[in-house]
Amino acid sequence: MSTLILLLITGVGLGALYFLVASGLSLIYGLMGVLNFAHGAFLTLGAFVSWEMSRRIGEGTWLTFIITLVIGAAVGGVFAALTEFALIRPLYNRHIEQVLVTVGLSLAAVAIFEGVWGTDPQYTKGPEWFTRTTDVLGAQVPNDRFVTIIVAALVLLGVVLFLKKTRYGMIIRAGVENRSMVTALGIDVRKAFTLVFTIGGAAAGIGGVLASHYFGYVSPALGGSLLIFAFIVTVIGGLGSLAGAAIASVVVGVLQQITNFYWGVGDFVVIVLLAVVLLTKPTGLMGKTA
Amino acid sequence: MSPDNIEPILRVQGLRAAIDGSQVVDGVDFDVPATGITALLGRNGVGKTSTIKSIIGLITRTGGTIELAGERIEKVPTHKIIQRGVGYVPEDREVFSALSVAENLKLAERDEHPNRQLVDELFPDLVKRAHQAAGSLSGGQQQMVSLARALLNNNKLLLVDEPTKGLAPKIVQEVAQALAIAAQSVPILLVEQNLAVVRQLAAGAIILSGGKVVHRTESAADFLNDEALTQRFLGVQSEGAVEQSAETTSGGML
Repeated sequence: MSTLILLLITGVGLGALYFLVASGLSLIYGLMGVLNFAHGAFLTLGAFVSWEMSRRIGEGTWLTFIITLVIGAAVGGVFAALTEFALIRPLYNRHIEQVLVTVGLSLAAVAIFEGVWGTDPQYTKGPEWFTRTTDVLGAQVPNDRFVTIIVAALVLLGVVLFLKKTRYGMIIRAGVENRSMVTALGIDVRKAFTLVFTIGGAAAGIGGVLASHYFGYVSPALGGSLLIFAFIVTVIGGLGSLAGAAIASVVVGVLQQITNFYWGVGDFVVIVLLAVVLLTKPTGLMGKTA
Repeated sequence: MSPDNIEPILRVQGLRAAIDGSQVVDGVDFDVPATGITALLGRNGVGKTSTIKSIIGLITRTGGTIELAGERIEKVPTHKIIQRGVGYVPEDREVFSALSVAENLKLAERDEHPNRQLVDELFPDLVKRAHQAAGSLSGGQQQMVSLARALLNNNKLLLVDEPTKGLAPKIVQEVAQALAIAAQSVPILLVEQNLAVVRQLAAGAIILSGGKVVHRTESAADFLNDEALTQRFLGVQSEGAVEQSAETTSGGML
């Protein structure tokens, strides 16, 4: 029983990381029709810059951890905004070229990260509390899992409040549904494009910092490995649906952990789940009809 | 004031537009007077909706000029054309179904002092349903939302595309009444298949065929009474149109 509880909580933690990547992917695709393969690079850069900063200001404290979360968000957000502005915007309405440019950026970014920080993993050190465990119904759960889950939940809450309570949030929700009609109301939807890229990049940057503690290291391939599952989560949840991404993240994370532990087939089961969803409900759990 | 005495609000010359390389608007020329309702008529698939969409740049314009109140707009992006004072009511309403009625209207507000009073008076049902998701409304109510979005702002021109499509006769009359009231203060270019509504509302008419203008008239009623013309350009008997008109208006409000 305690093993199952441990797997459930670590699975939700993994799902939280997937969500931080998938939320941006889903919003960007929903609003702009762009599958952003460079999203993993936002996460990796956020993680690396935060790791560098934590080494300079002193690893192992809560203050450093919180500062690195802010830095991760800022770096991811700025990198994403620049990507949208410099690479995506000039290719407006040319979706295939937009996707190709994000693929190119993702490959180039990994090469640059390897050039700057090397190919070996760089090990992170969080507050000492992270290395301890907490007893949950007999299961000894590593504390960093709780931090990952709480931060992801706060990001989800923040994004939901932004989408529900602000004018730009309203524009994004309307644009996900019908972008041309938003334009036909006199609204410059391109500003919303930059904004969703920035929000998505910031969430990915936070995800990068959390992932570096969850896995214990940063490497140039960190973003790419999470991106694959984040894409799967996005498709299962329904492209463009934030709630769908949140639910699918938890389902995929937990399923992957449990099936990996007992049978070692976590990745395979996730692919099967993706196939089942695509065959039975191609729009995803909460996606709109195409 | 006669439309002849004032400059047109919209002047379209040689407008061409394509969708995926297929020419759907093929050298369209027409003026929309600065007052009243002008109908844009034609059989299904002749390019009426495409003409409206290409005027505001929702489909790719490949040639020609468009002047709105004397200013060229054919190279201006859609959102800036709308900001210059164009209200667009699309075919099939296109309300944001996941947003509430209030959010749909809020999103459409461009002016500092939107014309809330007019909209609330014309569509009191929307006030009651302000917090309801627009996707859960009936077709008629969604059309009210779509019209209200355009009427909230002070526009120089309204482009209204088949506002009565698929609506019950009673709702058709409510929509027609709203358009008649709106037309007192803003010129309207109206695409409409319901010829009774056209007869009721439109002053002049422009008839399209094969992506081109094939006929213009300053009296939509005269055109609709001419059996040869309606048969030729719209494929309907003018008597039928007259009967339909009488039938609809007798039970309506106008």
